[in-house]
Amino acid sequence: MATTGMDPEIFDQFIDQLKRYVRERLIPAEAEVIANDRIPDDLLDEMREMGLFGLTMPEEYGGSGMNVPQYVETIRVLSYALPAYRSITSINLGMVCSALKNSGTDEQKAEWLPRLAAGEIACFGLTEPGSGSDSAAMATTARKDGNGYVLNGSKRYITNAPHAKLGLIMARTSQEALPRNAHVSAFLVPMDSPGISVGKPDRKMGQSGSHIADIYLDDVKLPGDALLGGEEGKGFATAMQSLDNGRLSVGAASAGYAQRILDTALRYASERKAFGEPIANFQLIQAMLADSRAEIYAAECMLRDASEKADKGKAIIECASAKMFASEMCNRVADRCVQIHGGAGYLAEYEAERFYRDSRIYTIYEGTTQILQLVIAKNMLREFAAGAAA
Amino acid sequence: MKILVPVKRVIDYNVKPRVKADGSGVDLANVKMSMNPFDEIAVEEAIRIKEAGKADEIIAVSVGPAKAQETLRTALAMGADRAILVETDDTVEPLAVAKILKAIADEEQPGLIMLGKQAIDDDSNQTGQMLAALMGRPQGTFANTVEIDGGSVIVKREIDGGLETVKLTMPAIVTTDLRLNEPRYASLPNIMKAKKKQLDVKSPADFGVDTAPRLTTTNVSEPPVRQAGEKVADVDAMVAKLKALGIA
Ligand SMILES: Cc1cc2nc3c(=O)[nH]c(=O)nc-3n(C[C@H](O)[C@H](O)[C@H](O)COP(=O)(O)OP(=O)(O)OC[C@H]3O[C@@H](n4cnc5c(N)ncnc54)[C@H](O)[C@@H]3O)c2cc1C
Ligand SMILES: Cc1cc2nc3c(=O)[nH]c(=O)nc-3n(C[C@H](O)[C@H](O)[C@H](O)COP(=O)(O)OP(=O)(O)OC[C@H]3O[C@@H](n4cnc5c(N)ncnc54)[C@H](O)[C@@H]3O)c2cc1C
Repeated sequence: MATTGMDPEIFDQFIDQLKRYVRERLIPAEAEVIANDRIPDDLLDEMREMGLFGLTMPEEYGGSGMNVPQYVETIRVLSYALPAYRSITSINLGMVCSALKNSGTDEQKAEWLPRLAAGEIACFGLTEPGSGSDSAAMATTARKDGNGYVLNGSKRYITNAPHAKLGLIMARTSQEALPRNAHVSAFLVPMDSPGISVGKPDRKMGQSGSHIADIYLDDVKLPGDALLGGEEGKGFATAMQSLDNGRLSVGAASAGYAQRILDTALRYASERKAFGEPIANFQLIQAMLADSRAEIYAAECMLRDASEKADKGKAIIECASAKMFASEMCNRVADRCVQIHGGAGYLAEYEAERFYRDSRIYTIYEGTTQILQLVIAKNMLREFAAGAAA
Repeated sequence: MKILVPVKRVIDYNVKPRVKADGSGVDLANVKMSMNPFDEIAVEEAIRIKEAGKADEIIAVSVGPAKAQETLRTALAMGADRAILVETDDTVEPLAVAKILKAIADEEQPGLIMLGKQAIDDDSNQTGQMLAALMGRPQGTFANTVEIDGGSVIVKREIDGGLETVKLTMPAIVTTDLRLNEPRYASLPNIMKAKKKQLDVKSPADFGVDTAPRLTTTNVSEPPVRQAGEKVADVDAMVAKLKALGIA
């Protein structure tokens, strides 16, 4: 079912303002965010006021009701700036919002969507110390206790955990692994619940200003209505349903950042002289610039197509392909940007160096490139088998 | 009190303008257009006055093509309450704009009319002054600060030597300078609300104003490219050079 999304005129006007906001506010604040490894509170409040936490929530819940293509384009534009700005909004807008929209009860939507749209920060807990790509193998348990549940276990690498008010936490409601991963359920967990503690933020390769940490769940008692959708065994399906959106968001982050990186490389190549002329005049440099430009364009086209298809229904192959291509592409562009900078590209003083480090995560989270290859191939084989049977 | 804020749709300040090959003007085909930055400052100042409880309503006005509705929508999204578009595809010179604004002011009776000191497309720097003269009301141009004080408005003006303070009895005309404030961004929730605000469309004829141009532009050209300087050997050579150029 296609969704209408936001009035296109309003959307265009917003994108116009957002581009300016990125250029005049978010980019100039980058140095400070990196130096302190945090987005200053006043800037975060401003981002809330701008409506950046409510893009995808329906209007009746205080959001602005963007459809998938509008959301993806907004993330691409936002991601011209430091990745931390997307990261702080991404769990609200992506995973948790779609889980609530797709599977939440009316009461759960009414409780959480307006708070998320207003900028209370959410986190999503799937990965654990013992399970990453193979996430259904998780060890965290949710034991039935009267009408409620008791959660025990730990989650690892959880984006925004140190800031979150709400955690969407995946846990086993059955000891045995069940078909279709029906042993996994999803819980809406207020992060100030007794028994929850959050570890120290991990030190990372890049993405300064964005934080991940462990979450420890020690006899966390939850009421029965914390179970997403009020039904056990739907957690994994919910997470997987939301993944199309999450992958498009990482794809859009990659494409937006790649454009920033290429613009920086182009400027440097035009200013730096070797052998008496700007290095941009050398054809080997031009080849790197041209390949980058063409690949960014390809990623943008894929994202546009995949997001239109995802808006109408399932688009697993398209979303996985767009994320895989865009994230790998962003890393190639970042690598070329370092190369074009020569020795300067290796120095922290130049942006090329952090572009390279920041980009590296994009081929890892929301499905590693290898897992996405498996997803694409599995669906190809399934389609082929269905076609052969017919 | 009402505040009237005229806003002009102009070439975006980030765009590098290109002169048309025939020298008739700046090429505006497919060029990004936005609200004149000085007008944004005027809208911002009006909103701050309203937020301080010293004004009840902000009315944004634009004289220009149908597309100027977008500019008005931006003013509404920033916080103006309603808007009036006086629609015309002609080039409207400052005097005609001032006449239209006077007619609107006669109807709306604002206490304050806050304009940009100039528009970045033609840099005329005339509309506010002409409007003040037509209305026979006081003006505070190049405002650096604006403070409402009962029935008066105190304006610190940016002048060559520093700041000059003037106190104007309202209704008054104020034109904004660059340092008056930093305009806010229109937030997405406010852009959505702005869509529902009232926007009336009128024509210059509704106000009995003839907008036919009185000026003709004979030629527009790119600014000359800066020439490389010349090195001289010593002070004597420099003095000789300056003398030769007739500067010293
Ligand atoms: C900055 C950051 C933020 C994160 N945010 C979150 C978050 O908010 N919430 C959350 O739940 N998780 C989060 N994660 C976790 C992230 O999703 C996982 O790191 C990712 O899914 C990979 O899991 P893993 O690290 O356990 O790697 P592993 O699963 O151990 O994978 C290691 C390698 O093996 C490969 N591999 C695994 N299985 C196969 C296979 N079958 N065939 C071929 N190759 C395979 C992988 O591709 C990879 O190259 C985050 C991680 C980071 C670094
Ligand atoms: C960690 C580190 C340690 C170093 N240690 C030393 C040291 O001990 N001693 C020392 O002397 N130097 C040292 N250097 C300097 C290093 O050798 C230079 O950085 C390197 O030679 C590249 O020169 P450049 O940085 O000026 O890049 P540039 O020459 O500016 O090159 C920029 C880009 O243009 C490309 N390019 C240049 N000319 C052409 C062309 N004609 N056609 C196509 N492409 C071209 C380059 O391949 C590169 O991609 C070090 C640098 C670093 C980062």
